[in-house]
Amino acid sequence: MAFRAQFENNNEIGVFSKLTNSYCLVALGGSENFYSVFESELGDVIPVVHTSISGTRIIGRLTAGNRHGLLVPNGTTDQELQHLRNSLPESVAIQRVEERLSALGNVIACNDYVALVHPDLDRETEEIIADVLQVEVFKQTIADNVLVGSYCAISNQGGIVHPKTTVQDQDELSSLLQVPLVAGTVNRGSDVIGAGLVVNDWCAFAGLDTTSTELSVIESIFKLQDAQPTAIVNEMRDSLIDTYS
Amino acid sequence: MEYIPKPREQLILCCECGIPIAPNPANMCVNCIQLQVDVTEGIPKHLTINYCKNCMRYLQPPASWLYCELESRELLALCLKKLRGLQKVRLIDAGFVWTEPHSRRIKVSLTIQKEVFAGTILQQKFEVEYTIGYQQCPECTKLAAKNLWKATVQVRQKVDHQKTFFYLEQLIIKHNMHQETTNIKVVKGGLDFQYANRSQAIKMVDFLQSVVPVRSKSSEQLISHDIHTSISNYKFTYSVEIVPVCKDDLVCISKKLSGSLGQISPLVLCTRVGGQVKVIDYRSLQTADISADVYWRGDEISPILSANTLKEFYVMDVEFLGKQAGKYALADVTVQRMSDVGKNSNEIIVRTHLGNYLSYGDTVLGYDLALSNINNKFFDRLDQDIVPEVVLVKKSFKERRKKRKQRNWKLKQITKDEGELLAKKQAQKKFDDEYEQFMNELEEDPELRQNINLYKDESAVKRDNGSDMDEEDDDLPEVPLEELLDSLDINDEMDQDLD
Repeated sequence: MAFRAQFENNNEIGVFSKLTNSYCLVALGGSENFYSVFESELGDVIPVVHTSISGTRIIGRLTAGNRHGLLVPNGTTDQELQHLRNSLPESVAIQRVEERLSALGNVIACNDYVALVHPDLDRETEEIIADVLQVEVFKQTIADNVLVGSYCAISNQGGIVHPKTTVQDQDELSSLLQVPLVAGTVNRGSDVIGAGLVVNDWCAFAGLDTTSTELSVIESIFKLQDAQPTAIVNEMRDSLIDTYS
Repeated sequence: MEYIPKPREQLILCCECGIPIAPNPANMCVNCIQLQVDVTEGIPKHLTINYCKNCMRYLQPPASWLYCELESRELLALCLKKLRGLQKVRLIDAGFVWTEPHSRRIKVSLTIQKEVFAGTILQQKFEVEYTIGYQQCPECTKLAAKNLWKATVQVRQKVDHQKTFFYLEQLIIKHNMHQETTNIKVVKGGLDFQYANRSQAIKMVDFLQSVVPVRSKSSEQLISHDIHTSISNYKFTYSVEIVPVCKDDLVCISKKLSGSLGQISPLVLCTRVGGQVKVIDYRSLQTADISADVYWRGDEISPILSANTLKEFYVMDVEFLGKQAGKYALADVTVQRMSDVGKNSNEIIVRTHLGNYLSYGDTVLGYDLALSNINNKFFDRLDQDIVPEVVLVKKSFKERRKKRKQRNWKLKQITKDEGELLAKKQAQKKFDDEYEQFMNELEEDPELRQNINLYKDESAVKRDNGSDMDEEDDDLPEVPLEELLDSLDINDEMDQDLD
């Protein structure tokens, strides 16, 4: 399902949260309203963790992660790192990245298999991304924007990119990611998709301004209509059976 | 053959209604944007313009009144200036929508552009309706309250003819001094110029001081006073008195003043009245200038005989004495009174400054002192030996003028409020005679007419060209055609077109 949420009257919820298939990070807010939206939808499936990164609340823009791991910027304190280590499942690898472009959420867009990254990212960082997140890494731009993390949102099912992305670029990105893509908007016409939307394989949260048209685009491209946390297991089972039969 | 794929158009769904559109900065279709935002917000759609029925002018805030035609550029500018909120948008086009002229409505169609979201510019066309509200303008209020003037200039000359005022009128026309007046009134002994404000009246007084010798006095009358704001409303009156000496007057000067004017003879003729009064001693050709200050300082100068008492004399003989000054030459002239010619042989020998002008057989105008009854204290005190029998003033063209044709020039006139003064037949005749005399003087004196504008009388000029010129009298003074100006008269133009 797709839900609307707001963080302290701000519609850019992708800035204040990070959602993956195995965990969810939520910024520390003045009230628990924002947290409880996530908690009510995800609480019995994956951990929803309150945290700050480098003492700030903009955790969605500073971190990048997927089912396999979480990358945090160099400024993350030891205490925060310890808290994350304690809260996240054992299977999730957590790694601090020494990178000049420290807003990792803006420069990295990833699902569980592929990551699109900023073209100026360090070689070493690229290797860390590949190792920790267990993904293939591609240096890309979206509609001539280098901040790939800001202008797209992708899951293992599909992805939304900046509305100005040309059809050729969409085809190219789609073939890299091996998922269908669509150009779209969130928050009533806003083109910063990554900031207005967080998504995993069965659930999406968008800003409160997002219109029903936008929400229906999100639901259809991320295949959220009948998605359940267990659906992935069934799907996996199917593929496993396919593989081993 | 190479296959060139046709670029497919990139479409997104409008975030409001979901129809496919090309991406734009708002990512919304035009209809949805227009539903969401009204670019005409803050611009009033109904307004009132004030209009004065009497003078048919529109109020341009804060305080000016403009005359505009319906559907004119000026009116459009006025309408747009009224419209608040136009500063925040870009005006692309504006025009009138036709409305019935009597409907007291003006409709203006506007096209504006405004940035609605970041980088989205929306253009919209809409109409604004103006209602014309009646409001009397301050000028018309004054007119309605018969409060026409704030300052008046009363010009007076204590003489029994109007020639000075005819001359003054022409000077005023030449210098366009009549344009600021609200009214010009003819009163006994002079003119009243009325003005809407004080500075215009002061300007007129200054002008008068520069062209004729005058003395002026100002006075003010309190109309109203507001004790809270200490604003007072006054009416100002400037009394301007012109020196009562005219051209060709015989002037008597006190002994004391004649001494200070270079021992000039106490009995002199006035030759010109400009900024100063010019006098000449007809026996020695000595001249003197008398300024207004000198004239008004004391009771030392007075005209004793003026142009209406001139009599005609017949010139019998001219004997030059050899002395010349400018156009004047001293001569002893033997004259006979016109009434005596052919009856007796009472000849009078007179010394005069008109030697250059006179010859045997001419008629000349002069003052007959021997037969005049003069009551004047300076004249009485004069040594009777130096008082001549006759003083010659100017050559007369009376006889020849009788058979002359119409003038080929004319003068412009100011529209004046004559009041009741010309109601009587005699008054009108006196006025006409004096005006005729004034025109004759203009013909005789080129110096006098150089200060004023004479206009061609097209009909008279045409008539001249048609008739043969053989019986032209070349002695008679005339105004040469090249001195005349073409008058700007729309009717004249049309006549020419028809020819």
